[in-house]
Amino acid sequence: MRAAFDVVLVGAGPGGIAAATVAAEAGRHVCLIDNNAAPGGQIWRGFRTETAREHPHGSRFLEWTARLKRTKCEVWVGWQAIDRPAPGLLRLERDGQGRDIGFDRLIVATGARERFLPFPGWTLPGVMGAGGLQALVKGGLDPRGKRVVVAGSGPLLLAVAAAIDSAGATIEGIYEQALLPRLAGFAVALLGHPGKLVEGARYRLKTLSAPYRTGSWVVRAEGKGLVEQVTVTDGRRQWAVACDWLACGFHLVPNLELPRLLGCRITGGYVQVDERQQTSVEGVACVGELSGIGGLDKALLEGKIAGLASAGREAEARDLAPQRQRLQQFARRLDRAFALRPALRRLAAPETLVCRCEGVTHGALEGYASWREAKLHTRCGMGPCQGRVCGSATDFLFGWEAAGARPPIYPAPVSTLSAEADAGDPAHHRR
Amino acid sequence: MRGMSEGFFITVNGKPVRVTTTTSVVAAVMMSGEPFGTSVHDEARGPLCGMGICMECRATVNGVQHRQCCRLFCEPEMEVVTE
Repeated sequence: MRAAFDVVLVGAGPGGIAAATVAAEAGRHVCLIDNNAAPGGQIWRGFRTETAREHPHGSRFLEWTARLKRTKCEVWVGWQAIDRPAPGLLRLERDGQGRDIGFDRLIVATGARERFLPFPGWTLPGVMGAGGLQALVKGGLDPRGKRVVVAGSGPLLLAVAAAIDSAGATIEGIYEQALLPRLAGFAVALLGHPGKLVEGARYRLKTLSAPYRTGSWVVRAEGKGLVEQVTVTDGRRQWAVACDWLACGFHLVPNLELPRLLGCRITGGYVQVDERQQTSVEGVACVGELSGIGGLDKALLEGKIAGLASAGREAEARDLAPQRQRLQQFARRLDRAFALRPALRRLAAPETLVCRCEGVTHGALEGYASWREAKLHTRCGMGPCQGRVCGSATDFLFGWEAAGARPPIYPAPVSTLSAEADAGDPAHHRR
Repeated sequence: MRGMSEGFFITVNGKPVRVTTTTSVVAAVMMSGEPFGTSVHDEARGPLCGMGICMECRATVNGVQHRQCCRLFCEPEMEVVTE
């Protein structure tokens, strides 16, 4: 027999945990799936019960994970959703094994990733995302003694710089491409609101001595086999900064592969949802970053709303609508404040790689009319990352919108693509 | 289990690295100083995203190819070979 649940959650970050908890508390048979080794998503990555209090938003992690544990919700970690072979059915993969899971309601909470933009030298080892470096440090990478430049865009830059600094690195500078006038009033509002994206940064920023420069960005990275220095500009002059690591990401973009595969309507780069987080597809809800980059508070609230709605608690879900609207507005303001400047489209030289996997240069992509056409002719986006890195870059650089997703939406062994209908049987699995 | 949280060794391309069970394999490879796999055009590469997106950190772990090191935690006697 195949495993089947009333509600299946994909993504065990704060939004997924909140939705799963609320649905399970309401008596629904719930399964929470995540492709990482442990629940928590990115913001709660590496958090453990014993040490969570050391983290700025650790108390809410403890609160929600304790609440989740008191329910009968099943938690499956290490499983990646790769396909929807039939309505009401998801195909998962782990370590080369396929497994199908049935659902009445599906809540997608796959979160966001960083937007990367190509510039000369961005493929050198030591050049990472800003959130990327933070994730690596959360995974035990020791940053002590490293000189780090943090660059790109978004409130995450401050949080990352503060976290890496307190872990023992030397922050050589923080370069935010957005202009200060855009950020001024906003930054004050941001720093005054606990729980927003920079909550972690609030406490540590006081001790951070590195300069935070807005209206400036990295134009290239150089080094012999490893990054050794970066060149920064404010649009008028350029200067070099020596470093061991460059942590560079341009705000966040939602992980839309699964909503796209399911056929959810996407508007302005986000999944279109109603006030109960329901998408254009019957029985499918999306929460958190998928409906607008807004951080922890928004993910938790939308998770609660979708969880309540999935359990038929419509009235309670509706009560949260005013709060939801405020957080949605916050997300839109974030996008406007950190909108990318057109000059960033000119960073890549003709020989700069845009697609890291297949080695496709910017020059090779010029002249194509669409993402699909460029893929067919150059293999851009056809490598192991399936365009997760270059897709959001070409969207910005060339205005190419990603087309619908095709299964498998994550690289998976061929053997799992045609999982037997009974592949979900645990007995079958143990063989 | 006490010894495990205090640290043990795994090998990266045969080189021992001291880690704990809370160290991700990608962090262990970075701290070993060993290079990650190269690109299709044989250029040096390293991890970019740290969170299962970019595929730059894939390596052979305990004989299994193409494992994403950012999604694995270290276990005693683990053998990592960069590709």
